[in-house]
Amino acid sequence: MENFIISMIIAATPLLLAAIGELVTERSGVLNLGVEGMMLMGAVMAFAVANSTGSTPLAILAGAGAGAAMALIFSIIVLSLMANQAATGLALTIFGVGASGLIGQGFVGVALEPLSKLSVPFLSDSTALGRILLNHDIMVYLALALAAGVAWFLYNTRGGLALRAVGDNHESGHALGYNVIAIRYMATLFGGACAGLGGAYLSLAYTPMWAENMTAGRGWIALALVVFATWRPWRLVAGAYLFAAVTQLQFYGQDWGLPVASQFLAMAPYVATILALVIISRDVNLTKANAPACIGRPFRAER
Amino acid sequence: MIRRTVLALAGLMMATSAPVFAQAADLKVGFVYVGPVGDFGWSYQHDQGRQAIEAEFGDRVETTYVESVPEGPDAERVIRQLAASGHGLIFTTSFGYMDPTLKIAKMFPNVRFEHATGYKQAPNVATYSARFYEGRHVIGTIAGLMTKTNKIGYIASVPIPEVVRGINAATLAARAINPDIITQVIWVNSWYDPGKEADAAKALMSNGADVIMQHTDSPAALQAAENAGVLAFGQASNMIQFAPNAQLTAIEDNWAPYYVERTRAVLDGSWESGDSWKGIAAGEVKMSEYTNMPDDVKAAAEKAAADVASGAVHPFTGPIKDRDGAERIAAGAVADDGMMLGMDWFVEGVEGDLPK
Repeated sequence: MENFIISMIIAATPLLLAAIGELVTERSGVLNLGVEGMMLMGAVMAFAVANSTGSTPLAILAGAGAGAAMALIFSIIVLSLMANQAATGLALTIFGVGASGLIGQGFVGVALEPLSKLSVPFLSDSTALGRILLNHDIMVYLALALAAGVAWFLYNTRGGLALRAVGDNHESGHALGYNVIAIRYMATLFGGACAGLGGAYLSLAYTPMWAENMTAGRGWIALALVVFATWRPWRLVAGAYLFAAVTQLQFYGQDWGLPVASQFLAMAPYVATILALVIISRDVNLTKANAPACIGRPFRAER
Repeated sequence: MIRRTVLALAGLMMATSAPVFAQAADLKVGFVYVGPVGDFGWSYQHDQGRQAIEAEFGDRVETTYVESVPEGPDAERVIRQLAASGHGLIFTTSFGYMDPTLKIAKMFPNVRFEHATGYKQAPNVATYSARFYEGRHVIGTIAGLMTKTNKIGYIASVPIPEVVRGINAATLAARAINPDIITQVIWVNSWYDPGKEADAAKALMSNGADVIMQHTDSPAALQAAENAGVLAFGQASNMIQFAPNAQLTAIEDNWAPYYVERTRAVLDGSWESGDSWKGIAAGEVKMSEYTNMPDDVKAAAEKAAADVASGAVHPFTGPIKDRDGAERIAAGAVADDGMMLGMDWFVEGVEGDLPK
């Protein structure tokens, strides 16, 4: 059981990283569907830098940077050129998948040392709770810290207020004097950087190697999680851990001899997400009240 | 309408055969891979075979490959495109390409197809596979000698006879050494998903398995085993660089001899349809260097490999009972190819459900 929870925490981390960035992006009114491509670019660049320089902090930064660079392309097309956000996001996903495959060709079959685990000398090994909570690598804690930081930023600071205002009604935000485009740029770059971090976690710690398409759809799950969490950070954390738990059940369930077919268990996380989305969206007004009202709509300053 | 169809087909046949003469190379060979060449496993080894063809025949042969083609309608489209663009020999390297290959083969009778791990042939479709279960017999022997918890963890992909055969061969060999050994199977329902493979390995290890075997294509499970200090086996390629302390050996697919031989047959004009199923003896299944084990285990492994290659030992020698207790192979008898190709039952000692 202990190992199940540990696996769950590790599996939730890339989802949490990508989703928290996407949450900030969507809260500012930009719908970024390119998360999967940004995660893959983050994964390949982080692996490439880790392999060439051997420095883990540099690799993590490179992953975030690659994600941010992809997000910059997205922002220019969508915010300055005002293209359709959904189509551009999808195009960037496909681009990211292909570009990462191309860049990663030279890194196939190369192994890497995984991120070292931080541990508190006595507590980590002795108690079950210690083993579950205290024995992870730095990015697990970074993900949780990021979620807490985003929650604090959105609800307790001026900047967060401006961001939420711009996402709910960009006309009013503009009238108040906020630079809508600049805020959305920053939010999207942050979202891309977080997606890159999520991808970097996959190639540095989760399975320390590069393999084409190694995110295996996690970017899409992250997108669904943001909606599942009704755009609130702490619900997002809960959603990510729930999804990870159901995903791990696929394997531990077979091991524990659960009398459920393995294919059904494989399908279970996605079915659970859909069920959760249906339950949350059953009241149209509630959904409208929770979603950033201006999401996906381009902003053109009238005056 | 029949005349129109005949004329259209004749035009199509002429169109496809003409480019063969127009090219500088004598033969174009096409390859369809189910995963990326970068998987360092199944598709990677097929690509090594392709490169062997290029090395052997130089300018006489031009090769093309298409990777990561999903099994299904996409496969049909890709195979048709290869056939229509002047390829004289096409290798389709996954079980799920069987029906698309046969369908396209009917439309292009002058193109020769080689379908890996299939069981349906046609005048221009040959099938080929390698006796991987012989390799499983060897790793089962090693696992039997190395396990201390008497539990083998097996990461299985999809419930087709080839995978079931591998599980059974490994379990039988391990239990021949130690009848208390259990093989726990986890299905990941995918040939290639590094994240899932790593998770499955961790789940197996947390439940007591101390030797990990896999029938999936990436080295992720080996890495997980290395991090946990558990022993494991590589799949399709020598994966020692991912797990220097964990890999005992790997079952390597070596398609180069077969690919070169078949290309030569096409160039000579002696190509014929048929089925090829060779194993350790012919060099199509190779065991990687034996590492991380004491010398007596290494000797036992080498003997097991030699016995299987020479035919002295058959991995499926009776008496063999399935999990329900029914006797499948009588004492003294061996399983024939037909039974092995259609194997859909587990032997005693395998835990985990077998989806139908």
